[in-house]
Amino acid sequence: MKKIQILGTGCPKCKKLSENAEAAAKEMGIEYTLEKITQINDMMKMGVMVTPALAVDGVVKTAGKVLTVEEIKKLL
Amino acid sequence: MADRESCLCSGGPKLIFACSGAADVGAIADQAARKMSKDGIGKMFCLAGIGGRIDGIMKTTEAASMILAIDGCPLNCVKACLEKAGFTAFKHLQLADLGLEKGKSPVTEEAVSRVADKAKLMLA
Repeated sequence: MKKIQILGTGCPKCKKLSENAEAAAKEMGIEYTLEKITQINDMMKMGVMVTPALAVDGVVKTAGKVLTVEEIKKLL
Repeated sequence: MADRESCLCSGGPKLIFACSGAADVGAIADQAARKMSKDGIGKMFCLAGIGGRIDGIMKTTEAASMILAIDGCPLNCVKACLEKAGFTAFKHLQLADLGLEKGKSPVTEEAVSRVADKAKLMLA
């Protein structure tokens, strides 16, 4: 079970990254949970100060980028 | 800063790394970075996170619009840390170049402001 976390306050970029992450996980047919981290304090606890950010299994993979579905697949 | 709920996606931040070393000049570098952060010129970030390769800090630094390294003494630890972590595009301020000599530079408000003023110009 992959744990996918989207860090962002809920702006369109964050939503797009979330949609792409879900699409990537579904296309790969993997089991996953998707958590949205929207509080800045919680993001800073993970060392993130620029959004949107993507974490997989607790590891921050990218920050400040809206990755495509294909790009996310490589990170899952 | 941490209490704001505004979006953080409007562009990479200007990040400031100080050596925060044990000597007087390390303290001046540290306090100048904190002053700049407080004044909204950039955001002081954790150099130890670079040394430890903490993923969130590494990725945030990769997304920075500008990086400033403030080294207290000619050992240039901040510069070395950033370079060993793969960061090459950053500006570098060395306090010795401002006449602040290690062991002979009391940590005063004037010294901190001098460094912060010079650093501000480098981030402009």
